[in-house]
Amino acid sequence: MTRYLVRRLLGMIPLLIGISFLVYALLNLVPGSPTDRFQFNPSIKPADRERIKHQMGLDEPWYKRYFVWVEHVAQGDLGTSFTNYSPVSYRLKQALPNTLVLSFSSLIFALVLSIPIGIYGAIHRNSIFDRVSTIISTAFFSVPTIWLGLLLIILFSVKFKEWGMPWLPSGGVRNLRGGSNTWDYIKHLILPVFTLGSVQLAVWMRYIRSSMLDVIRQDYIRTAQAKGLHERTVLMAHAFRNAVLPLVTLVGLTIPELFGGALIVENVFGYPGIGQLTIDSLNTNDYSVAMACVMIFAVLTVLDNLIADILYGAIDPRVRYD
Amino acid sequence: MAQQSDVANQTLAQAGEQALPAERGALDRSKLVSTPGYYRRAWRRLRKDKIAMVALGLAIFILLFSFGAPVVSMLTGHSFDVGDYSKVLAPVGTPGYPFGTDSNGRDILTRLAYGGRVSMMVSCLTVVFALTAGATIGSVAGYYGGLIDSILMRLVDVIISIPGITLLLLISVWWRPGPVGLSVVIAALGWTGVSRLIRGEVLSLKNRDYIDAARVSGASNARIIFRHIFPNVLSIVTVWVSLALPAYILTEATLSYLGFGVRIPVPSWGNMLNEAKDFYATSWTYVFFPGFAIYLASLAFNLLGNGLRDALDPRLNE
Repeated sequence: MTRYLVRRLLGMIPLLIGISFLVYALLNLVPGSPTDRFQFNPSIKPADRERIKHQMGLDEPWYKRYFVWVEHVAQGDLGTSFTNYSPVSYRLKQALPNTLVLSFSSLIFALVLSIPIGIYGAIHRNSIFDRVSTIISTAFFSVPTIWLGLLLIILFSVKFKEWGMPWLPSGGVRNLRGGSNTWDYIKHLILPVFTLGSVQLAVWMRYIRSSMLDVIRQDYIRTAQAKGLHERTVLMAHAFRNAVLPLVTLVGLTIPELFGGALIVENVFGYPGIGQLTIDSLNTNDYSVAMACVMIFAVLTVLDNLIADILYGAIDPRVRYD
Repeated sequence: MAQQSDVANQTLAQAGEQALPAERGALDRSKLVSTPGYYRRAWRRLRKDKIAMVALGLAIFILLFSFGAPVVSMLTGHSFDVGDYSKVLAPVGTPGYPFGTDSNGRDILTRLAYGGRVSMMVSCLTVVFALTAGATIGSVAGYYGGLIDSILMRLVDVIISIPGITLLLLISVWWRPGPVGLSVVIAALGWTGVSRLIRGEVLSLKNRDYIDAARVSGASNARIIFRHIFPNVLSIVTVWVSLALPAYILTEATLSYLGFGVRIPVPSWGNMLNEAKDFYATSWTYVFFPGFAIYLASLAFNLLGNGLRDALDPRLNE
């Protein structure tokens, strides 16, 4: 196990180097530079712009700068932002917790709802509950995240307020006028979490239902029932564990998608996370911040694949690492 | 299905018996009953699937509506780019504007058709590009194996490990493309999934006996790939296409919504939604329609894809 872990962790290094090289190349081959924002500033002459470029080191070829970047990152220095000269690590520290809270709340929301609904639907197959949940899952499967988010804002923030009902805030992480507390924080999370989680909820619900249906037809379930075990013991101890097994891999593979979705949801709800930071930094050619954001996404993705593999082994004793 | 082919065989046998006395050895070809082929049987299965048929109808309607945009424009009497500033944000059902108007007084229905044309074109082209690249790379990797396979699959690993949307944003910053360019950009990432799919299938096919037989009889590598392997990969490719199409509709919409996709004078469902989002407090229908169009298109193709998967996999039914 330890050997496997070490090998996998070592294998991540070339992969991450490959990704960073590709992303750095793409970013820097983009026409435009962080000094573009001085272009229409009458008090900054073209010569000054060249000077600023030189001071930032942007007149060096990009592949030379890449090695400088790698050297610095290896020493734990992510660089400074090209637009407001604050340390990149500081900007990440502000944004990353928000994104993590948003994504993992959505993950938990989707899991907590999808597992019982899926299992109940499989056990009571073709019941009204099963049919309704299947229809809802089919309907939510194709919903565009952006549209869902906007419709929720229209309903819960605009219309509910018009109708004089308790309404939810349309964006941000907390009430900027003060009076911010935990409930206020949660109130700001409800709509984004629902928006981000609902697609996964639909997919997982359907997945658990069908994998549970597969499992309860197996012989060993009949054996367990024939032994006279409690129906609940059979379902929870024998069926559930095997039905959830494939879900672990699926959840692992979906987490990167969740981060991608978080980027969109953050944009719709004006939620100040990594996704919003990525879009802003790309729009302003802020190479160092953009690089850090994309690499964070990449590291999370790669780590997450590893965790999914390890969890899979922990749940299924048949899997052996060597 | 098994019953049907039994019936067919019986008829064949009867035809043979009747032909025998007259002319030994020669069959009366007019009495031959051909058994339906794989795709005909798949179509029969699909036709029985009500949801898939409704989805197919909806998909055809959306395609006609989108690619018939000029006709829609003629019928509504409005163009997609010229607005009437005396009728800004008109509600649904305003005479002459069944879906109302947008913030520039343009007819939403007409713009939906033109936006759909761009969105559907981008997603269809993306499928074509991604499939061409993915099929080539996947079959080369699977067929030749060895070093080529390792290099290509590591490349796939790298691309898959970068969250798609960030890389797409990166490329779109670099190159603010038109509809065709945008589909090249999306396809530049989209080929990885289908290449893995095809590689796996080719790997399992290439060691079958009939491939060896073809090689022994002197078929070239290209001939084996195109004549013997490709037809067997076709059904998973069909399913992939119908499921990739809705995914790309959503991708295009997302990119255009974030302002990195199709640029504003050209309407697409995504950038219509982007324009509409600032008016969510004043006119909810303006936000509703473009998103609903994306939703309907993606739902229709997803359901059709599910139906196709069931229909093309005979093991499920026989």
